[in-house]
Amino acid sequence: MSSTTNPSTQHTSTIGAIGAPSRRNTELALLVFAVVIPVFAYANVGLALDDEVPAGLLSYGLGLGLLAGVGHLAVRKFAPYADPLMLPLATLLNGLGLVAIWRLDQSELLQKIGQAGTAAPRQLMYTAMGIALFVGVLIFLKDHRVLQRYTYISMLGALFLLLLPLVPGLGRNIYGAKIWIQVGSFSIQPGEFAKIVLAVFFAGYLMVKRDALALASRRFMGLYLPRGRDLGPILVVWMVSILILVFETDLGTSLLFFGMFVIMLYVATERTSWIVFGLLMSAVGAVGVASFEPHIQQRVDAWLDPMKEYTLSRAGVGGHSEQAMQALWAFGSGGTLGTGWGQGHSELIRFAANSDFILATFGEELGLAGLMALLLLYALIVERGVRTALAARDPFGKLLAIGLSGAFALQVFVVAGGVMGLIPLTGMTMPFLAYGGSSVIANWALIGILLRISDTARRPAPAPAANPDAEMTQVVRP
Amino acid sequence: MNKPLRRIAIFCGLLILTLLIRDNWLQYVQADELRTDENNRRVAIERYASPRGDIIVGGEPITGHTTTKGDFKYKRTYKDGAMWAPVTGFVSQAFGANQLESIEDGILTGNDDRLFFRNTLDMLTGKNKEGGNVVTTLNAAAQKAAYEGLKKQGGKGSVVALEPSTGKILALASFPSYDPSTIAGDSLDTDAEAWKKLQKKNNPDDPMLNRALREVYPPGSTFKVLTAAAALEHGLVDDADQKTDTPLPWIMTGTRTELKNDGDLPCKDATLREALRVSCNTVFGKVGADLGNDKMLETAKKFGFTEEQFTPVRASASVFSDNMEPSQVALSSIGQFNTAATPLQMAMVSAAVANNGTLMKPYMVDELQAPNLDTIEKTDPETLSEPMSAKNAQILQSMMETVVNDGTGRNAQIPGVTVGGKTGTAQHGENNSKNPYAWFISYAKGDDGSSPVAVAVVIEDENAVRGDISGGGLAAPIAKSVMEAVVKGKR
Repeated sequence: MSSTTNPSTQHTSTIGAIGAPSRRNTELALLVFAVVIPVFAYANVGLALDDEVPAGLLSYGLGLGLLAGVGHLAVRKFAPYADPLMLPLATLLNGLGLVAIWRLDQSELLQKIGQAGTAAPRQLMYTAMGIALFVGVLIFLKDHRVLQRYTYISMLGALFLLLLPLVPGLGRNIYGAKIWIQVGSFSIQPGEFAKIVLAVFFAGYLMVKRDALALASRRFMGLYLPRGRDLGPILVVWMVSILILVFETDLGTSLLFFGMFVIMLYVATERTSWIVFGLLMSAVGAVGVASFEPHIQQRVDAWLDPMKEYTLSRAGVGGHSEQAMQALWAFGSGGTLGTGWGQGHSELIRFAANSDFILATFGEELGLAGLMALLLLYALIVERGVRTALAARDPFGKLLAIGLSGAFALQVFVVAGGVMGLIPLTGMTMPFLAYGGSSVIANWALIGILLRISDTARRPAPAPAANPDAEMTQVVRP
Repeated sequence: MNKPLRRIAIFCGLLILTLLIRDNWLQYVQADELRTDENNRRVAIERYASPRGDIIVGGEPITGHTTTKGDFKYKRTYKDGAMWAPVTGFVSQAFGANQLESIEDGILTGNDDRLFFRNTLDMLTGKNKEGGNVVTTLNAAAQKAAYEGLKKQGGKGSVVALEPSTGKILALASFPSYDPSTIAGDSLDTDAEAWKKLQKKNNPDDPMLNRALREVYPPGSTFKVLTAAAALEHGLVDDADQKTDTPLPWIMTGTRTELKNDGDLPCKDATLREALRVSCNTVFGKVGADLGNDKMLETAKKFGFTEEQFTPVRASASVFSDNMEPSQVALSSIGQFNTAATPLQMAMVSAAVANNGTLMKPYMVDELQAPNLDTIEKTDPETLSEPMSAKNAQILQSMMETVVNDGTGRNAQIPGVTVGGKTGTAQHGENNSKNPYAWFISYAKGDDGSSPVAVAVVIEDENAVRGDISGGGLAAPIAKSVMEAVVKGKR
């Protein structure tokens, strides 16, 4: 499925004709902005809080610049034709996240309750680890199709990761959601990694089975109903996500995995009926579990009436949290233009102010304008991911790219929607922005894989080998 | 495979679009509602972020501020907090605000719309926001005399002093009182503890009750001044020295019950002057019964009864009932039965008489000032009503002056100053089982006939010996010292 045989994709920019520019210099120029903007933001926070440029400005700027530079060089060397936007976008989001985390570190209230203080240096370390993994992916994953070989190992790996938080003694229950494990002094969210591994499995599996799933079906009321035995896989995935919902009590993780699977299934089979099935099954699952799982019920109640939840929490009733309402107040107090860096009071959210709820800090301090820009940055990453899927020349690459981008979009929606009170809150975090090692590292790996796919897609096709018979066949001899 | 990919792209776009729409809803449409929500701590943080303006008495601030730890930067302090509490009210980081601190909050915090232009300018020039000042009408010497008098006396009580010609409140004291400084912060150890101790359920003295404005007492014999005014105004009696047709003993109209006097008093057919001098229940009871409910109520209303007063701090409405039996009207006319009045109300009665029959609207905020001391708003004296003619007012004045010169109010005499007054001892409780309230209302008059001050004092001393309680004995000395303080200041 190359550009020359598929005119419908010819106008997309990632598809280059032979000899297309690599766009590495564009990436470098954008990266400069992606480093300079957070540095200015950092200085801004310091000026707002203490009336002086923060002491760590130089080391912080150098640190971020260095990481971005390493990432850029790795791309230049190992994936020269990769998409030029994704690395700068991820760097910018990561840098702004660091600024917001540092800003919340300065809050006395959060320091007192142990929610912040030294988070920013750790997040910088996680970022370094994330970039390292990113570089590692580019170096060692020469061709994403290699991953196809590990389809079933990936399945086992994903199941293992997903079930880890349920292992007694390892799993941790944070505000009701059991999606964390504790190793030494580190807490890890295996779900973030499972997201990638699962995408690999789905892509490999669906690539093989797509024809069977797509063609062997009966038509009923305008829908193509799959054969019973083809229903198996989707039922299994559905059950697993229901199990996650029941045992880890996290609606977001469950929704993310099931949603990713339905998206990939739809793309693989081009059958709309899967979407209908997917929606029905997730609705049945969510409502069914919510009817008996008190933690999910409480999240839904808090979403429907955050003020009541706030009042209950204030009255000292156990198990309730004022976070949701505090986040809404933070957004509202920011208004159109925001208070400016360092001048809001998002520390009132207290617990998880710099992780799950970091978007509220952006909302309050950068306002509607800033938050919309931030959401559009995410939209751009997703858009570049979908472009990569369109441009990819192999079905596995297409499926993997759309799976990862789709999961990214779903995660942004579930987290941002949860914090903004659009849907019930879940325990996931904003990719790149939020404090947390697992999230940052896993998402850098995700960007690495997408860049690898896009590099393969945009790489100029090797010049056709000279055919020794060519000249001969053209010679028409009488 | 590309067609579903494009659809998924659109789907992802819709997800982000939904987020953007929600964000606009939250940060634009609902923003104001969320930002100004009372439970949103930012509202309080903002309120305490800049030093609050001051409340000023006689050119001197009676409030101040100090910085605190935590996210509330400034805390209110008070000078002589307990003495001024009925005037200022309190403002607390933890418990909100009341009375003047609450009513003029906009000016004091600087958030008032009238300061908007100034604030915008300050913001552009980088100056910090400041609060404006509230200049009160109070007289520090009179307030001190009132509060010290109550404190020395020791029982619960209240004093209100007015300037009759303008309605300015000169003193507004309540005892026992509380120091609002102790609850101004939000510390759980000190402020919350102090707050708990001040609550009525933990403290039977109810020190946070503003007795001057919010407590209604049966006014007892001091109400006879109003009854006398009604008699003159409605033409029942034309002159202070005209004999009334009052039998002794007098059986209340429509009953077989005798209305008794307090002791063996010369009340038979007594003139109004004599009846007021010795405080005859029979004379004034019969005047009330003869006038009837409607006429008594009409006069009472003209003096301000049945209406809440806004000074601008709200004062409770005083009570004079409607639809009463003649005997109940008789009892009401001597300040018993349902009749009840705030100390402010009785001071208004005294002030209206002293101001030759014109009742001025009582007020305590003279001026609102911007942070740079520019006047934002000035209160002009305002006539509330004309409860009696000047002629009748002067007749009543001469009667009240007789009370002080030669009657039950001798304790309020001030050498060289004309003083008119009336004592009261109001019964209360089932069958008068509780100790009565001691009342005294009075005014002082200058040489030119104008009056600089009218006072009402009430003492509710549950520990006092019953016989000791009489307006003349307990309340008159306090009224005297308050009047003296004002008169001395005038000279």
